[in-house]
Amino acid sequence: MISFRVNGKAVNLEVDPSMPLLWALRENLQLTGTKFGCGMAQCGACTVHIDGQAVRSCVAPVSRAAGREVTTIEGISPDLSHPLQRAWIELDVPQCGYCQSGQIMSAAVLLREKPNPTDEDIDQAMSGNICRCGTYLRIRRAIHRAAELAAQGGER
Amino acid sequence: MSPAGIERREFLKLTMGAGGGLLIGLYLPNGKRALAASAAAVFAPNAFVRIAADETVTVVVNHSEMGQGVFTSLPMLLADELDADWKKVKFEPAPVDPVYNHPIYGVQMTGGSTSTWSSFDQFRRAGAVARAVLVEAAAQEWKVEPEKCRTSNGFVIGPGNHIRRSYGALVAKASLLTPPAQVALKDPKDFQLIGKSLNRLDTPEKTNGTAVFGLDVNLPGMLTAVVARAPVFGAKLKTFDATKASATPGVRKVAAVPSGVAVIADGFWAAKRGRDALKLEWDEGAMADFSSQRQREQYAALAKQAGLVARNDGDAAAALAGAGKKLEAVYQVPYLSHAMMEPLNCVVDLSSDHCEIWTGTQFQTGDKMAAVEISGLKPEQVKIHTTLLGGGFGRRANPAADFVGEAVHVAKAAGVPVKVVWTREDDMRGGYYRPAYYHALAGCVDGKGAPLAWSHHIVGQSIMEGTPFAMMIKNGIDDTSVEGAADLSYAIPNINVQYHPTKIPVPVLWWRSVGHSHTAFVKESFFDELCAAGGKDPYQTRRALLGTSPRERGVLDIVAEKGHWGKPLPRGRGRGIAVHASFGSFAAQVAEVSVDENGKVRVHRVVCAVDCGRYVNPGIIEAQMESGVVFGITAALYDELTLEQGRVEQSNFHDYPMLRMNETPEIEVHVVRSDEKPGGIGEPGVPCAAPAVTNAIFAATGKRVRKLPIRMSEAV
Repeated sequence: MISFRVNGKAVNLEVDPSMPLLWALRENLQLTGTKFGCGMAQCGACTVHIDGQAVRSCVAPVSRAAGREVTTIEGISPDLSHPLQRAWIELDVPQCGYCQSGQIMSAAVLLREKPNPTDEDIDQAMSGNICRCGTYLRIRRAIHRAAELAAQGGER
Repeated sequence: MSPAGIERREFLKLTMGAGGGLLIGLYLPNGKRALAASAAAVFAPNAFVRIAADETVTVVVNHSEMGQGVFTSLPMLLADELDADWKKVKFEPAPVDPVYNHPIYGVQMTGGSTSTWSSFDQFRRAGAVARAVLVEAAAQEWKVEPEKCRTSNGFVIGPGNHIRRSYGALVAKASLLTPPAQVALKDPKDFQLIGKSLNRLDTPEKTNGTAVFGLDVNLPGMLTAVVARAPVFGAKLKTFDATKASATPGVRKVAAVPSGVAVIADGFWAAKRGRDALKLEWDEGAMADFSSQRQREQYAALAKQAGLVARNDGDAAAALAGAGKKLEAVYQVPYLSHAMMEPLNCVVDLSSDHCEIWTGTQFQTGDKMAAVEISGLKPEQVKIHTTLLGGGFGRRANPAADFVGEAVHVAKAAGVPVKVVWTREDDMRGGYYRPAYYHALAGCVDGKGAPLAWSHHIVGQSIMEGTPFAMMIKNGIDDTSVEGAADLSYAIPNINVQYHPTKIPVPVLWWRSVGHSHTAFVKESFFDELCAAGGKDPYQTRRALLGTSPRERGVLDIVAEKGHWGKPLPRGRGRGIAVHASFGSFAAQVAEVSVDENGKVRVHRVVCAVDCGRYVNPGIIEAQMESGVVFGITAALYDELTLEQGRVEQSNFHDYPMLRMNETPEIEVHVVRSDEKPGGIGEPGVPCAAPAVTNAIFAATGKRVRKLPIRMSEAV
């Protein structure tokens, strides 16, 4: 039995402790916003937070979450009010959209650590996330925009 | 794939029996109008739109959304003619039915950068019909002439503007009326939505995890399967030992299927661990000693022989024989994987009397035919739900229906609903690649330095060969192998283009921009070589020879101006230019590039212009061009699939890399305002990216890149 919290809710799972957290989230908890892209921490589509840190859930065993707080894309706001979501919508960032959960989860950690990031900060924080549709320039602009929205008093 | 007009349409009618290609239908058979029309509070005048009493306008979209924006651009077409309140417009993916067939292809599919232009009038007419009925309903209620009423923003407004009725309030009455057979469409000057950069309708669900892709589908009692497929294309399974696999916790069943051995388990992880424990013996067959090196040698030998003539103007051989200075070059491009972010997957719920499929597909008709055949069920018993596609780029439009057909086989073995998941490695090694091509060129310039002769031999596999589309191959020439080369638009007096089809058992498929993905690179690079040989400016020379292609010349002029062609650059940087027509649109790019002492190429800036005729949503067009530029640069800088002993050597993003944010250039897009016939937009951003970059490398370093991906050590 592995116990942890996901998006504020306690969960207890009877699963292989070596199974990647990604599959526990997607299959056992039906939180399918977190995506499978490569299975080897190369693309970032599976990014979630464990105790606030960005983690590639496709390689992190579920046991690593034991006793901790996991946040997924479903948990960053109940109503699209997170500044990153507002900026993503305003600037029409996604195309196919498959990688965007991971992009937003990586960006959320960046904004918490650097509320007013430079282009270089953004490039450094986001270079682990692949977007095959090539939305990178919009993602960068949207992170700047989210920083503005957050500074104006939105939640973060 | 490339639009091939009438021929493809007629072929598909013949072979697929799908029909409906010439007359664009708006109505479902048996008088059924819309999909959820049974609800009383809904007005469903045709198969493409429903209006509810709560004012919601639902547009049923028959093209698959894979990022290109059809869930926004097609509703815009319909909503504009309907005079709908855009804030009330929602989208819904269409089921599979002949009424939803592609108006040109005659089958239900998404590809060839055709969705918007082929649906342009169809969706407008569907909206105009709905509007006409709503006006009629209001006019009857008010006892006035319908012609005296107008519509605006979701309301019918009566004579003198004194009375108005919302569309939702007219639903019940409108549902009793017969839609008119003929409707007038708006004069384009009256468009309210078409031509505006409206925000995409599908963005919110793509920012909170609620968007449903194929991989996200979950059914009660569903199991998950992975398949151990042949390590070499064409290999046959001899024997397998499932003892350890079956004993893996969570594994429910191990079964042979035509493509290999399926391990069916409670979840992905158990299935994959079970697969890892399988012992398999393959008869590897004829491909077992195949290597990319040997393929190159075979292709080089073929290129020296006579091929099939795809274009012949003047006498290129004679002009080249008489030339004082003849330029010869070999260009090569590798097999490429589509590498969509969402690996292939398919969910199937199969029973003795129905087969229900959930998947992100670009080719519903082909997949359905495969499912009918494999399941042994009747067509009406097979249902396909098209989910969102986590990228398509052509891979999900497979005439062989590989990932859907295989999943039906696995479902037969599973006996319960099953999701077949491909790992990234499965996806990358599973075939259906952009073919590798070998191009041998020769050219010369006249005494004034102007291009005089152009000879181009293309060696490589046909995409259409061996598929139901093979009927479209004319005189042995598959247009998708020579498009962008045989239709060279430069005014050169002597042109000869030949094609050498090859038969190699590596499965190939259309890959974003198809033939143009390699022919534009080769054509625009070798043209640059001729410019250099003649001592001419690459922009001015292109411009001078594009007299018969004014729209190519138009976008070329834009990128030259906005890309500061001819202006000084910082030391070490070079500028390259390229222009290409594809999919009914015209695009040009100027790239600024530098190369460091280790040969690492950095693309700093790309200026891109596109003329796609009358446009629907310029914001989406800009996004598609940005996307195409990144897609094209990714392939140019990094990607190739190579085979050794019949095995694909690359497997995941560590050895088949993608461009990342820190490597992405600044991209500036200029969309030409035009009243011309609409063209495609999903693919035309790709072709110019590689040659603009390699021509810029030549400008910066004097080195010519003739082989992709770019390796400066191989440049000449």
